[in-house]
Amino acid sequence: MSKGIAITGMGIISSIGDTVEDNFHALRSTVHGISRIEFLETKHKDAIMVGEIKKTNKDLENTLGLPAINSFSRTAMIGAIAAKEALDNAKIDSIDKYRTGFVSGTSVGGMDMTERHYLKYHEIKENRRYIEAQHAGFTTESISNYLGIRGYVSTISTACSSAANAIMLGARMIKAGKIDRIVVGGTDALSKFTINGFGTLMILSDEECTPFDENRKGLNLGEAAAYLVLESDEIVTKENKEVLGRVSGWANANDAYHQTASSSDGEGAYLAMKKALEVANISSEDIDYINAHGTATPNNDLSEGVAMTRIFGEDTIPTFSSTKAFTGHTLAAAGSVEAVYSILSLREHLIFPNLNFQTRMKEFSLIPQTELISKEMKTILSNSFGFGGNCSTLIFTR
Amino acid sequence: MAELREELKEKIIEQLSLEDIEIGEIGDDDPLFGDGLGLDSIDALELIVLLEKDYGIKLKDPKEGKAIFESVGVMADYISKHRTK
Amino acid sequence: MSGCYINGIATITAQPTTDPNNFLEDVIAFDEVIFRATDPDYKAYIKPSAMRRMSKSVKMGVTTSKIALASSCIEMPDAIITGTGMGCKQDSEKFLEKILHNDEQFLTPTLFIQSTHNTVGGQIALGLGCKAYNVTYVQGAVSFETSIIDAHLMLSESPEKNILVGGIDEIAKNSTLLHTLDGHIKNKNINVLDLLDSNSKGTVCSEGATFVVLGSERKENSLAKIVDIETKNAATPDEIKKDIEKFIDRQGLSINDIDAIVLGNNGDIDFDHYYKNLQNSIFSEKEQLCYKHVIGEYHTASAVGFWIASKIFETNKVPSVLKVNNISAQNHKNILLYNQYRAKNHSIALLQRC
Repeated sequence: MSKGIAITGMGIISSIGDTVEDNFHALRSTVHGISRIEFLETKHKDAIMVGEIKKTNKDLENTLGLPAINSFSRTAMIGAIAAKEALDNAKIDSIDKYRTGFVSGTSVGGMDMTERHYLKYHEIKENRRYIEAQHAGFTTESISNYLGIRGYVSTISTACSSAANAIMLGARMIKAGKIDRIVVGGTDALSKFTINGFGTLMILSDEECTPFDENRKGLNLGEAAAYLVLESDEIVTKENKEVLGRVSGWANANDAYHQTASSSDGEGAYLAMKKALEVANISSEDIDYINAHGTATPNNDLSEGVAMTRIFGEDTIPTFSSTKAFTGHTLAAAGSVEAVYSILSLREHLIFPNLNFQTRMKEFSLIPQTELISKEMKTILSNSFGFGGNCSTLIFTR
Repeated sequence: MAELREELKEKIIEQLSLEDIEIGEIGDDDPLFGDGLGLDSIDALELIVLLEKDYGIKLKDPKEGKAIFESVGVMADYISKHRTK
Repeated sequence: MSGCYINGIATITAQPTTDPNNFLEDVIAFDEVIFRATDPDYKAYIKPSAMRRMSKSVKMGVTTSKIALASSCIEMPDAIITGTGMGCKQDSEKFLEKILHNDEQFLTPTLFIQSTHNTVGGQIALGLGCKAYNVTYVQGAVSFETSIIDAHLMLSESPEKNILVGGIDEIAKNSTLLHTLDGHIKNKNINVLDLLDSNSKGTVCSEGATFVVLGSERKENSLAKIVDIETKNAATPDEIKKDIEKFIDRQGLSINDIDAIVLGNNGDIDFDHYYKNLQNSIFSEKEQLCYKHVIGEYHTASAVGFWIASKIFETNKVPSVLKVNNISAQNHKNILLYNQYRAKNHSIALLQRC
């Protein structure tokens, strides 16, 4: 089994909590964050349920101590909050002591500001500082500036698998000795753009989402940011760092089936899981728990379920659940949100339940874990899939 | 009805950017999906919006589209029965 | 350690760069601050049924990826890595405007689906049936370079792979125009060939796509070796100078070994001093080449620097329109590339004749 890359810090803000410990508390108490929209202005307010972070932009600015005139989008602010927590958790106070990088996944970037100001830039001069927010990379730079990271900085945008790919890239760069430590994850705020976009695909549920349920009606969009700090073993030894867990397997494959939908045989997902097991140098029997992508759309859960049965065998599938009924589908951040939850599962020996499940799907016999249970775990597999056929799998070990 | 069918063909070509297809090439009973015109699930969603926007027909479940969008003829029948504008 | 060789390359820019017999000998003189790419016949590369939903960037990306794959004699790449600063901005802009103008009603999915940054990478995979690794980087002016870094890393992990890497950006009518309001783009039209001496704030904007096929071994059709590449988010001009010196040193080379430097000067009086600081010091005795007065500025314009270096190795010619000093090198062996955008997203790369 591969030793994997050390995770020494993590940070998160989501609809179920502003910190790692708040998120853990909510998961353990099975308190979800799905509600009607309170803050975002949209016509669809009463038509859908979302996982919204119950803080205004002003609240977030205050948390970060930003000046009144700043160019942070909501996506950048929640990203900065989570990334800062991750650095603090890893007890990093001097960024420049080692070669430190930052890779952030985002799909909408600063769209929340673009859609707010787009039609009025010609009239209102002072808002023009947000024009650059139309570039996703600008969101990442706002965060890296806040953290003081000036070296390798990049943004990955592979829709809903973005953060998983960011974690994968960070692990590969550390393994190859290209960098000493790296903050990796993703951030996406709710925006009219995504709400309307997913609306046109008719996959938004007007109720709390029900992953892997026969009668699932679609997903709840959510907003979140989550980051991990990955460090080389040299630093871990030298600085006597506490290791929270390890990223030991990773893979990315493409379904090459359709621009948005997943194939009925789950080929991309199958390949991603298969290759990740190879990278971790373990077999499917070594997986103690799967944190599934499980968005609760008819298409995803069927395709992912089929892929899981292909890897693990229908009758020998490990315990699995989707945590999206807690947070909603946080798009580009989903991979790192669920990475944090996977590390918490390993730390606490707890499996967080798949809420709202009632009826088994007719296509197979898979039943997700619906109650909080305690289980001794060494290895967790986490899936993240996105538009464009992007399928990514990460494996975390104690 | 013939008029509605021609109108639909024109709209389908425009809405779905079928630039290299002429109205005359779409038969009233030709299947729109699969072997016929070769439309896919994204086109079906586009047609759902077309129903709502131009004829005031709102489909809740995308699966309902499957039967309605079988051909231009079937679509025209459905629209004439259910249209609100 | 395995190498990283460019085994095929193609670029669409504002100039007719898909014509294999014209290495910037006849150039188009643009006189607007925003100018579009010179389109090849996309129908020669893409089936009409596949093309009907494609925006400009998808067409440019799919076409250049096909030309690059064909020239490298690779049918199926083992990874597809794309970089884009703006993504599919045209469809993104249209969808946004419909949301705002129609009060969030009567929206259709096609624009949204095509608006995501990874559309080009996804469409190429779909067209090829390529189920391999597929990632999109969106980091301003280093979007292409971070893609190359990933490929470079992958070739060291799996030397047997052939990797398709590209950079794509398109002009979107209103979103691009907004940058005339925040000073990124100049307010007055100019003769673009005189861009580098414009003495004013901001730059010009264009669009294009560049794709390369990378492999770890030198082949008969290899055009250049990418010796090394690095990016830095923020730095001062003097830090960049030191970084470049360290970078060259790390390759076991000295400044003397560099035959030419390809720079990303874009005529913005506020930021071109990053280049001038190098032109007037460590590279004052070197052949200096610039290209953004020919093909314009966009986030993945720096990929054209890779194409220029490859073409110089291939043809042993340097287009006179690129030359900004009187020094001419012969039989180039090492060409250094440096680019930045508004003091951010710096990239340094070394290409070698192979």
